Amino acid sequence: MSDRKTAVTTPYTIGTAPFRPGEEADFGGKFKEQPGDLNRPDPTKCSADDTIKHASGLVRVLTDDGEAKGDWIPDISAEQLIQGLEYMMRLRIFDDRMMKMQRTGKLSFYMRSFGEEAVAIAQTMALEDNDWIFPSYRQPGAQFVRGRDMVSMICHCIGNTEDNVRGRQMPVHYTWKEGRFISISSPVGTQFSQAVGVAMASAYKGLDEACITWLGDGTSAQGDYHYALNFASTFKPPVILNVVNNQWAISTHQNLATGGRTFAERGLAYDIPSIRVDGNDFLALYSVTRWARERASAGLGPTHIEVYTYRAGAHSSSDDPSAYRPDDEFLCWPGGDPVDRLKQYLIKSGNWDEKNHAKLEKKIDDEVMTAYKEACEFGDLASGPYPPASTIFTEVYETVPWHVQEQREELGK
Amino acid sequence: MAKMNMIAALNSALEHQLERDENVVIFGEDVGYFGGVFRVTAGLQNKFGAHRVFDSPLAEGGIAAIAMGMGLNGLRPVAEIQFADYIFPAYDQIVNEIAKLRHRSGGEFSSPVTFRTPAGGGIKGGHHHSQSPEAQFTHTPGLKVVYCSNPYNAKGLLTSAIESNDPVIFFEPKRCYRGPFYGDPHKVPTWNSHPDGEVPEEYYSIPLEEARVVMEGDNCTVISWGAMVHVAEQAIKDSGISCDLIDLQTLVPWDRDTVVNSIKKTGRCVIVHEAPKTSGFGAEMSASIQERCFYHLEAPIIRVTGWDTPFPHTTEWDYLPSPKRIAEAIRKTQEE
Repeated sequence: MSDRKTAVTTPYTIGTAPFRPGEEADFGGKFKEQPGDLNRPDPTKCSADDTIKHASGLVRVLTDDGEAKGDWIPDISAEQLIQGLEYMMRLRIFDDRMMKMQRTGKLSFYMRSFGEEAVAIAQTMALEDNDWIFPSYRQPGAQFVRGRDMVSMICHCIGNTEDNVRGRQMPVHYTWKEGRFISISSPVGTQFSQAVGVAMASAYKGLDEACITWLGDGTSAQGDYHYALNFASTFKPPVILNVVNNQWAISTHQNLATGGRTFAERGLAYDIPSIRVDGNDFLALYSVTRWARERASAGLGPTHIEVYTYRAGAHSSSDDPSAYRPDDEFLCWPGGDPVDRLKQYLIKSGNWDEKNHAKLEKKIDDEVMTAYKEACEFGDLASGPYPPASTIFTEVYETVPWHVQEQREELGK
Repeated sequence: MAKMNMIAALNSALEHQLERDENVVIFGEDVGYFGGVFRVTAGLQNKFGAHRVFDSPLAEGGIAAIAMGMGLNGLRPVAEIQFADYIFPAYDQIVNEIAKLRHRSGGEFSSPVTFRTPAGGGIKGGHHHSQSPEAQFTHTPGLKVVYCSNPYNAKGLLTSAIESNDPVIFFEPKRCYRGPFYGDPHKVPTWNSHPDGEVPEEYYSIPLEEARVVMEGDNCTVISWGAMVHVAEQAIKDSGISCDLIDLQTLVPWDRDTVVNSIKKTGRCVIVHEAPKTSGFGAEMSASIQERCFYHLEAPIIRVTGWDTPFPHTTEWDYLPSPKRIAEAIRKTQEE
């Protein structure tokens, strides 16, 4: 099952996006797959063969009417779901604030998680606190789940004196060891195979820890993706390998990233249980990730997940999607808005209301603004101060070797 | 003391590390059950278990990536890249990832990986079993680069490389695994009668950053590393000129003091390496030496290197620096 719509030319096939600027986007309204379609295999016994339908189908929990249905309804309390909603709202408000700061030059660059807020947040909530998180640049939301202070996150993005990576990395390339949130790298996909090694080390030490990692549909063309699947298949460490299929790799639609079949199905050939899940369905994402975590604890090793979602925003602050897709395409995405869907579920189940929602939104907005102001007191990219120039030379090696020391002295700072 | 060739000495270093530090794990292509195509890891899986010494799938990029992941999660991986020529699929993981992790994470994460890799020519390996790509790593901040030349320093340097908290690329001159190489392909001496084939069985280490003065003389400083150390030694004897011979051992960070002090004494310098000349590490050394020793130099610094061509198969003896070419260079420095 593929969304592939191709323009066939000779002598080879060139994929194309389903809709281009000026065309009317229409994904057919709703997903044809429904909650309840797919069973939940026993995670402690499941083989790749037991997930053949899950890899080509779509695991959903929330119905089109905003109710929970089927085997995959997770064991999660309303309080936890409200917490998840709060994290997603926080991420969206945080992103909007940072984007505004980017436009004023207070940071050089930014990447929003708009439309994909559920991905890192639901998935991290489904893990244990000692699990390792090896993100790409679109999973900063995991840090909210682990309790990172927003001031510290903003200080990184604006590269000021309190940036914990000392102004060395572009914005959104967070590192946070305390939260087991491993340093983000720009070359896409490198973390995927590294995460397999992280999980192997946990297994070597005999610890009940898993490592979760993500990359995009476009990045799944990289060798690192295939190394990861093959090494994970070979050594079976507790790793959760997510392909976030958000349809777009900058301007490259997923139709151009692969020749057919779902991304999830690739995992079956590596004998890794593989599941395709609605990435805008908080409950389904939580449930599938929890299932993968139970497999890890049971010593069954890796799980491969295709998180089916839509990149509602631009790739980054440097990108203009109106040049390659209809501006309103995200409005007709069958998965809808992950924040709104969880909100409606909570309202419908009698655990939430518009008044509480508006109140929470205002509270977060105030907190983000307060954090922003506090972070700016330590400087920003537009006006400084920056970390001292001496930090160019430190932590290149464990101790500064003579040739680096001489160069530091040459700079005179 | 025991008689060891370089393979046995490297094996001994690995065995001590596996014994001393339970976080040391060894993996790569063919290194487990079989013990490596050059036998460097022979017997180690049997002694320490397959969880500590194991075969990996044939993907250098994957080997490097899992090494980085293991290293940042508390292990001390020693990964073998079967031939240095095959390291390039791992180049992104080594250069962009492992080398930069400590810096890019503000010191919160680091990964103390050692990559062992057989390098260099002299075994009729053709283009893809003969290259010596050290300069492709000396140009990368965050990596240490080591090149052993004999059994004694192979063991001591590998010990320090594994114990280093920085990632290390450890080159092993495969031509010298079983004996020194003096530039004559028809003579195959062994380490048995060589003083550097006397290797303590017990643990020891040789600091990274320290060069080794192989022989002392007055009229020229010859600097080399890897297999070419022995070729240079032969050339010095052939030339009849009194020379300091320095085996650099560690290229990053290199032992500039030993080199500079020698050149201040001799006033002349020949640098020998088997990698191509352009942008080779000899270029870096030559530039650094003239910065420090300009007024002590009596003659231009001469580099004797492999040619700026792909490494050949049948004509490798015309590619590698020979005792004749090196001796001519030494003589030339005396003409000024």
